[in-house]
Amino acid sequence: MAAYRALTPNRLLLVACLLAVGVVAPLVLPAYQLQLTELLLFIVFALAWDLVGGQMGYNSFGNVLFVGLGMYGAAIVQVGLFYDVGLYNAARGGGTQFVFDVPQFITGLVLGIPAAALISAFAAWLLGSLVLTMRGHYFAICTLGLGIAAGQIAAGIPWIGAGSGMLTPNPPEALGDVALLLYYLALGLAITCALSFAWLLSTRFGLALNAIRDDEDKAEAMGLRTHAAKVTAWVIAAGFLGAAGALYGNLVRFIDPVQTAFAGVTIGVWMILMALLGGKGTLAGPIVGAIVFQIMKELFWTYLLGWQRVALGLLIIAVAVFFPAGIVGFVRERGSAKVETEEQGP
Amino acid sequence: MTSNLLILYQAPALGLQLAIDGILIGAMFAIAAYGMALVWGVTNIINVAQGEFVMLGGLIAILGAEHGLSLWLTVPLAAAALYALGWFLFYAVIVLLLGRDMFNSVFATFGIAIVMQQVMAHVFGGADRIAVSSLGSWFFLDSLVVVSKMKVVVFAACIGLGITLAWFLARSRMGQAIRAVAQKPEAASVLGIETRKVYCLTYALNAAICGAAGALAATAYTIQPYGGLSYTIRSFMIVVVAGLGNLGGMIWAALGLGVAENFAGFILGTQYQIAFVFGLLVVVLVFRNWRLRRQRQHLE
Repeated sequence: MAAYRALTPNRLLLVACLLAVGVVAPLVLPAYQLQLTELLLFIVFALAWDLVGGQMGYNSFGNVLFVGLGMYGAAIVQVGLFYDVGLYNAARGGGTQFVFDVPQFITGLVLGIPAAALISAFAAWLLGSLVLTMRGHYFAICTLGLGIAAGQIAAGIPWIGAGSGMLTPNPPEALGDVALLLYYLALGLAITCALSFAWLLSTRFGLALNAIRDDEDKAEAMGLRTHAAKVTAWVIAAGFLGAAGALYGNLVRFIDPVQTAFAGVTIGVWMILMALLGGKGTLAGPIVGAIVFQIMKELFWTYLLGWQRVALGLLIIAVAVFFPAGIVGFVRERGSAKVETEEQGP
Repeated sequence: MTSNLLILYQAPALGLQLAIDGILIGAMFAIAAYGMALVWGVTNIINVAQGEFVMLGGLIAILGAEHGLSLWLTVPLAAAALYALGWFLFYAVIVLLLGRDMFNSVFATFGIAIVMQQVMAHVFGGADRIAVSSLGSWFFLDSLVVVSKMKVVVFAACIGLGITLAWFLARSRMGQAIRAVAQKPEAASVLGIETRKVYCLTYALNAAICGAAGALAATAYTIQPYGGLSYTIRSFMIVVVAGLGNLGGMIWAALGLGVAENFAGFILGTQYQIAFVFGLLVVVLVFRNWRLRRQRQHLE
């Protein structure tokens, strides 16, 4: 696996172009604003999964745990700053009782998103020393169990709405286009995530993660503090997942414990599919994968409604069986094959 | 929660009831876990679609029962249908995963599970279902303890199935071939065993076992197209606790799980029963890991 190369002028240009596209996109395509916001959050999900799964080789099936914690965490902070969360959920967030004015809503969002990131990161730190000592499929199945158990437990707590879910605060009319605000927040998060990962992977820490993936015992024998590196990577990934979860909750406005927050069989699997589809263990891979996935998902949901899960399941099987290197991996392989034949040619 | 504990203390008969029900369902967990261990041991693939196989077996049996077939016909029917499905899935997907990274096989079989869930929901409807049984129940201790005769029949049939399988693996020519391939595929291949056929048979056999278990379970327990994952997790947990190839251990672990789950469902409330299963999985894996690490440190 090629080591990460630093930002060259060409790459800076690419980043600038992508940034410009990101800023202009919702204004050019207002009809797809919701899907674009979702796409940006998916990019964060896929990048965060790949930091631990692709770069470090710990294939988690339960990253949705941190998404859900962030979602609930942010919603609880947003509501709890001004009202009683239990009463709010008992009233299903409705009526004239629970109105959020503009400063309240903004304060909630500004404090809620970092709080969500902190909650998820803290949970990852707590779980890290227990779970990250497992290897391979034990880690995979254990994290799967964690994600689903969290959903089932959340569905039993009346304070956060139990099985009937929780609504995020109703945005005030006076604020105008909240969807656009959420889009730019998601854009900011995605850019922060991509750039900070690009930097992280260019440091010795990134090399340490790759060393753990390639041979953990050897890495440990070489004197790397593997456990600390693993927990750190997991905490970072969880922080981004939590923040993305907070935005996702505000985007869909309704947090169902099993279907949206701790949705192991949908979002939890999708983020793996995105990273794998684009190319595991590369920085561009999860981004490309998320874009391709979001387009496919929208097509499936539009044209194959009722069979969309079948289509996605088949896509999962196809990617796992035939395309494990992903789009970026495939392009690189062809690129290197080309170079080799050219070298051999004359 | 404490009030439920108090009830349990004041009425020990209730505890007996929970334990009996747990043991009766545990036999079915053991069968599904045995199938998973078989595939895991022979092909080194963890089949996440295990629970979906169980659910499909149950749904086929319910469909058969609705068309007037008796239990003695629906169970072989479900097993045969699942055997065919397992055979098809092997040549369509699993054969391409042999010898690959474990993560690929977990992910791909997860994909199979997702496909099967929605297809089953379309074909059989998404509701909770149960086959009608008319065997009635036995009553003990002034009707405080009720034992459904159907559940006892299911328990006995699962035990019978398990014994048949153990005999098949130990004595029959094909069973010996399966064990030979599990121990050393290359050597088995040199001795003229067609390893790919053995892998295929193992996977299809596992599907058939799950189908039969599901068909039996459908007569006494609810079956739901989207409810398979918890059976996969239970199987995995039982295999991890007992170890591959330890049938006796698997039976004890499965019965224990059934009892523990029933008690947890009563004490914590039934809405937490699935949470308990998944939480217990995490605890079991963490404990296993802790023990392994301690042993390794001891060696150093």
